Amino acid sequence: MSIFKKSKKNDTRNGQVYYRPMRDITLLRLFILPTIILLIVINVFPLFWSLFLSFSRYSAKMPNIWGTNPRMIGTINYSRILTDPDMWIRFITTAKYVVLSVGGEMILGFGLALLIFRSDFKAKGLITTLLVLPMTMSPVIVGLMWQLFYDPNWGTFNYLLGLGRIDWVSDPARNLYSIVIVDIWMWTPFVMLLSIAGLSAIPKYLYEAAEIDRASWWLKFRKITLPMVYPLLLVALIFRTIEAFKIFDLPMGIVGRGAVAPRLLSLHLYNVSFVTWKTSYGSALGYIMLIIIIATTSIFIKYLNKAKQ
Amino acid sequence: MAEIALKNIVKRFDSLVAVNNLNLRIKDKEFVVLLGPSGCGKTTTLRCISGLETPDEGKILINEEDVTNKRASQRDVAFVFQLYALYPHLTVYDNIAFPLLAQGLSKKRIRQEVDRAAQVLRIKHILNKKPRELSGGDMQRVALGRAIVRRPEVFLLDEPIGTLDAVFREEMRAELKKLHVDIGATTVYVTHDQVEAMSMGDRVVIMNLGVLQQVGTPHEVYNKPKNLFVANFIGSPGMNFINCKPSRGPRSKLVLGLSVVNATIAIPDEIQRTIIDKKKEEKDLVLGIRPENVMFSQKTKSNSLPARVCVVETMGSYNIIDVKLGDETIKVRTAPSIVPDIGETVSISFDPEGINIFDEETGDSVA
Repeated sequence: MSIFKKSKKNDTRNGQVYYRPMRDITLLRLFILPTIILLIVINVFPLFWSLFLSFSRYSAKMPNIWGTNPRMIGTINYSRILTDPDMWIRFITTAKYVVLSVGGEMILGFGLALLIFRSDFKAKGLITTLLVLPMTMSPVIVGLMWQLFYDPNWGTFNYLLGLGRIDWVSDPARNLYSIVIVDIWMWTPFVMLLSIAGLSAIPKYLYEAAEIDRASWWLKFRKITLPMVYPLLLVALIFRTIEAFKIFDLPMGIVGRGAVAPRLLSLHLYNVSFVTWKTSYGSALGYIMLIIIIATTSIFIKYLNKAKQ
Repeated sequence: MAEIALKNIVKRFDSLVAVNNLNLRIKDKEFVVLLGPSGCGKTTTLRCISGLETPDEGKILINEEDVTNKRASQRDVAFVFQLYALYPHLTVYDNIAFPLLAQGLSKKRIRQEVDRAAQVLRIKHILNKKPRELSGGDMQRVALGRAIVRRPEVFLLDEPIGTLDAVFREEMRAELKKLHVDIGATTVYVTHDQVEAMSMGDRVVIMNLGVLQQVGTPHEVYNKPKNLFVANFIGSPGMNFINCKPSRGPRSKLVLGLSVVNATIAIPDEIQRTIIDKKKEEKDLVLGIRPENVMFSQKTKSNSLPARVCVVETMGSYNIIDVKLGDETIKVRTAPSIVPDIGETVSISFDPEGINIFDEETGDSVA
């Protein structure tokens, strides 16, 4: 509600002009307008534009001539993607990446959270902060940094682990796992933080009740800790799965997008869209990835809603 | 069989002494109530018995076995928490089954035992519900179920019915007492509600500021309070206190001089003797008298004190009348038919049987 009185016209009193003050709702709309415009221009419009492009033949590098570039070709892009045998390898590689990295992060993150939450030592806050550091860095920098660590000739990774000259970066049989290791290193703290939040939310009296009920630590863990943290673990799982599925900056930083690079969907998407400039084909691939992500996360969200009940 | 003994228990939280040198012996199958105002250390004492807290000093014996440093899970105790502490994500059935699951019983045995407990507590119809779907009373029953299903030797209850509404509380009081008789466990019950304490306890333990004040049957703590705190805390309203000083009256009998009204009252021979025996003749004393032991008359009588009526509270089956005796307010309990006018001058006297004498300096009972 406005504190000013509403009036239709500007008021003229004592020869001075009083402007009609703006109504609150108008002011409100004005405030959110920039955000809405920005969202439409950089999110909503491209979403629909790329959907349209995915049903056409179009290259962003060629001059726009309606009917030729873009030219409607129906579902040809989609059928080409889904019948490409290489593409299945990319799907499987990406799935492998997601399962390994997210799995590792969940187990390590939750484990670390349990360790930190249960123990009580002086530098607990400092250690927690240090553990969270990897998460706060820029992924591209992390990628480049690890590329240096991994260098078979003078990298510290092999040296510290005493592994000899193992090529972690350019060996196609191995470099997927190198990226998985970095992903785990970088994102375990995220799972850990969410787990700590979940653990701190469990009321202490439940453990007291379980102690009175003479429960073993394993029963307490299985029947109290795990079910109570489960919703937050699911949230972490959803976030990490989405992120890992479309991971681009880490593999790009560590291995690059060349011939030896692991066959990840995101790297392929980059190659077709911005190297060979098959924009419409890339749009179709992007949409397929989007559908996969939405499908996977909606399953998780279903479990989440169930857990909340 | 479970006899509990607390020996010189001290429990500190940082600088706060929650329990100070507590000694207590609880007999097998006894129903003992720990009573006191909030912060008096009664819950801490209970938690020490359960093993959820370890005392800083002293020993706890259950059946003559030293359990001071044993964890709660290593003692055969059941604990009912003030706010129930049910497992929110488990059904009522699973909540009650939890202690049996921890014991590693077979599924069939668990079902039998849970059914039996549910039968006793009349909660069979809610076994498949989650705690948040339950009313306070049902949650309490589930918490009790979880406690009794294991047939523990010691049964500890921390204000179990404090959050229920008044009508239901009365019902649960009777149920709990019956349950105690049925399961035959030694029960320690914490409450701040003296009605609960008096109606349920075989013995009542009154605590204040971490210090034990008096242990006794409800009758004892009501009629023979050991000190001013107990006298004031027990009873609703509490005991009336009037400062007094003994002096020699006619035939060199000991009488009490009441400074507020500049009058003396006679006291029974027995009390006179005790005062003399305990060498309190020269001391400042406090006369304590329960509201129902103050005799009230609207006519002027000899051997009685004049007082002015201030407030009349009608309680239904009785009235509480506040009268001013000098500057001192005295609460009198009368029959419901007696309704004096405000400001009316009445006469009051004290039933010799109900007179308690305390030392003003120490607060301890003299006679």
